[in-house]
Amino acid sequence: MILGWEREVLKQAIENLGNHTIQGVWRIGFACRFFLAVLLHSGTAFRRFGLTIREMYFTGVLSLIIILVSGLFVGMVLGLQGYETLQRYGSESALGTLVALSLVRELGPVLAGLLFASRAGSAITAEIGLMKTTEQLSAMEMMAVDPLARVVAPRFWAGVISMPLLAALFSAMGILGGYLVGVRLIGVDEGTFWSQMQGSVDFTQDILNGVIKSVVFGLAVTTIALFEGYDAPPTAEGVSGATTRTVVTSSLVVLALDFVLTAFMFRGLN
Amino acid sequence: MNRTVLDLWVGLFVIAGIGALLFLALKVGSTSTINAADSYEVTADFQNIGGLKPRAPVKSAGVVVGRVADIRFDNEKYEAVVTLRLANRYAFPKDTSAAIMTSGLLGEQYVGLEAGGDSQKLKDQDRIMITQDAVVLENLIGQFLYGKAQEGAAK
Repeated sequence: MILGWEREVLKQAIENLGNHTIQGVWRIGFACRFFLAVLLHSGTAFRRFGLTIREMYFTGVLSLIIILVSGLFVGMVLGLQGYETLQRYGSESALGTLVALSLVRELGPVLAGLLFASRAGSAITAEIGLMKTTEQLSAMEMMAVDPLARVVAPRFWAGVISMPLLAALFSAMGILGGYLVGVRLIGVDEGTFWSQMQGSVDFTQDILNGVIKSVVFGLAVTTIALFEGYDAPPTAEGVSGATTRTVVTSSLVVLALDFVLTAFMFRGLN
Repeated sequence: MNRTVLDLWVGLFVIAGIGALLFLALKVGSTSTINAADSYEVTADFQNIGGLKPRAPVKSAGVVVGRVADIRFDNEKYEAVVTLRLANRYAFPKDTSAAIMTSGLLGEQYVGLEAGGDSQKLKDQDRIMITQDAVVLENLIGQFLYGKAQEGAAK
């Protein structure tokens, strides 16, 4: 028998579930409309390219340090671990291949995307959320300045342009790190390292696909960051919650998209 | 913030990014696909290609002279038809033989070309007549066991 109050609790739980689902669907729909609106309003981002360059400084240049340092260390770890495993099978000559392929195909775009989400994405969300909280966005609308064109679109394009560059820098630094550890420290032959790498990394199959991945991640992360900021409840709590959601959602989206893209790109390889 | 300093940093960032892309393209990767303009295609029939894959190298005397462009199955002869794309600057005699070999003990498989003595050269869409199949480990072991058994019987 279900008693009265138990029924009430059950009803509340189901209502909450439905409410969350509807809210989620509503947000996805709004995010898609927001994405299209940003694309439609991006004329200003290119006509007044100075605005985009300013944002590229904040999203791209200021993310450089973390990207370069992490790339170097990831590459060095790959060099050490790869050598450890490969030398067991007497094939340490494949170290260059291992380091380059794992960086260019996967680690470069994905880790740069994750770092980009936490370094630049959170900053974008906090900035726009705070602009909304302090009613700067409404003030712009009062002055007949479209905040989508003036504030959001330049940040969007700055993120989309910066992300592939950051991913390429990450991969390049990683390969340098792998070279430093593998060749300089451990003593794998330098010629084999580079020639094995060049023999197995294909420009279109591997490098170009990595660049496509990083562009997609850039689109996803910046859209999520901008949307979360734009949609944040105009309170201090709201902004902090939106910032957290940006990092969590965009990290998950980057990893999920990576699987989908990899399945598309490398399925027909063999 | 000073605008010119900011522009300088963004410019440096973009140049560094493009430089990294160039580094990846030139130093790390290679365009292994030979473009169609300065290459020609020949086919070779094999009864067994083992683990040969498209894009595998074609080597002669250990030097890469081309790539495997395509692998098909001929349903009339029940043989594998392998299309090889060779660079134009390498010309081979008509009686060149093709064999499927393995680099190292467990390495990837490639097509080895051994030049013959014919004065005429292979042309586009020609067929290589003399081929040697991939070595299948099971067959080798079978032959070995068969030989051992015969040895035992002779004693």
